[in-house]
Amino acid sequence: MSWFTNTFKTSIGKKLIMAVTGLSFICFLMAHLAGNLTLYGGENAFNSYVERLHTFGPVITIVELGLLFLVITHVLTGSILFYQNILARPIRYKVYKSAGGRSLGSATMPYSGFIILAFIIFHLINFHFADKTGTTIFQIVAKAFANPLYIVIYIAAMIVLAIHISHAFWSLFQTIGADHPKYTPLIRIAGIVISLIFGVGFGFLPVYVSLI
Amino acid sequence: MTSTTDKKNINLTLKIWRQKGPDNNGLETYYADDISTDMSFLEMIDVINERLTLEGKDPVAFDHDCREGICGMCGAMINGRAHGPEKGTTLCQLHMRHFADGDTLVIEPWRSRAFKIIKDLVVDRSPLDKIIQAGGYISVNAGGAPDANAIPIPQETAETAMDAATCIGCGACVASCPNASAMLFVGAKISHLALLPQGKPEAMLRVMDMVNEMDRLCFGNCANHRECEAECPKEISITNIARLNREFIKSRLF
Ligand code: HEM
Ligand code: SF4
Ligand code: FES
Repeated sequence: MSWFTNTFKTSIGKKLIMAVTGLSFICFLMAHLAGNLTLYGGENAFNSYVERLHTFGPVITIVELGLLFLVITHVLTGSILFYQNILARPIRYKVYKSAGGRSLGSATMPYSGFIILAFIIFHLINFHFADKTGTTIFQIVAKAFANPLYIVIYIAAMIVLAIHISHAFWSLFQTIGADHPKYTPLIRIAGIVISLIFGVGFGFLPVYVSLI
Repeated sequence: MTSTTDKKNINLTLKIWRQKGPDNNGLETYYADDISTDMSFLEMIDVINERLTLEGKDPVAFDHDCREGICGMCGAMINGRAHGPEKGTTLCQLHMRHFADGDTLVIEPWRSRAFKIIKDLVVDRSPLDKIIQAGGYISVNAGGAPDANAIPIPQETAETAMDAATCIGCGACVASCPNASAMLFVGAKISHLALLPQGKPEAMLRVMDMVNEMDRLCFGNCANHRECEAECPKEISITNIARLNREFIKSRLF
């Protein structure tokens, strides 16, 4: 236990927790997006994807519990870092100007994070904990996105997610020390591309579902 | 504001953060009239202080020593930028020609929980020394000067280590970091020792000791905003923070 606490009580240790849990979410989101793209194949394609997914039974439950654990860890660690960072400068500057280092993503990490958390809860209530008797997943999804308010909420949340990842992806490589003059510029570009793919890929789905 | 003026002398309005006292409380306004654009920023404050002294007022306290960018003593936030708006310079190397006639400059001390204010623009940066004392050294018996080339070191490695070793400990990285983190300073110190053979034997202990000390002194956590490398007068790269992270991981795994 002492190796564990000595490692993760440090600032760098906590950042490593953020990086590893965050990277897991990005991997999960890639799989999630790939699955959801079956919506473009129409009602039957989507329902049969969901059915196939459910045949994995206990594996799915284990992955869900794992994700829940990672989310709790990421949110709690992120909150501690956020709180410590506020304490580290008790008296703020009257005038502060960026020298060009900060980005929209980096400057808003905790805020975008909490919005994503609120969205995840909303999203799970809508689809995960929805009453699934006598209906198909596609019908539940289609019914939700018949409401324009839902479309707006989902698109807004995906923009926030894209902003979070636009900094997070590059940042996690820096945190784990994976930095090299040849590859770091590519990693930065990849971070922007991935956040665009998530933003557009997830964000356009509600619109598409509401149109068919 | 960084535009070069043709006029030799300029007039400025300064809003300087002053220690609470009978005369002041927070930002005090001073009119800096007839300032030569050939002056450095510190020379400009000298002029202000001479005028204040003649008026029988308390001069503005500020830190300085070498006045040529090598000692790391000077530093203040000028309109929200550490060491002022120019890249790769300390406050003593910042010249008044970078300001225009009529500019208003807000001058504040470095702000962070770890750096206590001593007076006006003078802050206590000894926490950076404490981090060095925790492990930023190598343990060797100092005897006669060793043969310069006894240990072969590739040129590129020597250059990279030297780049990190140019850190003058000014604290601008902490001051400009939105989280008041000292990771660029610690990254620079860890790097210049970790890169060289002389620093390797203690590398594992050093990184934990220095990181623990940094945390104990209540510096913030790095969030990779990259403000530090943009403000560092020695233009030390955050590549050194990545190396610090690698050294930390190595010390935990092996
Ligand atoms: C699926 C959604 C999410 C993804 C893909 C994600 C991804 C990431 C990644 C990869 C990092 C690491 C950056 C680094 O190592 O420097 C990170 C940092 C962060 N995340 Fe998330 N995150 C998500 C959700 C959340 C949530 C729900 C919160 C709620 C509080 C949050 C708060 C933060 C904060 C505050 C940081 C910055 C920590 C710091 O650098 O000080 N994130 N995120
Ligand atoms: S890393 Fe740069 S900004 Fe930080 S203390 Fe060293 S010289 Fe100053
Ligand atoms: S006075 Fe020495 S660096 Fe500025």
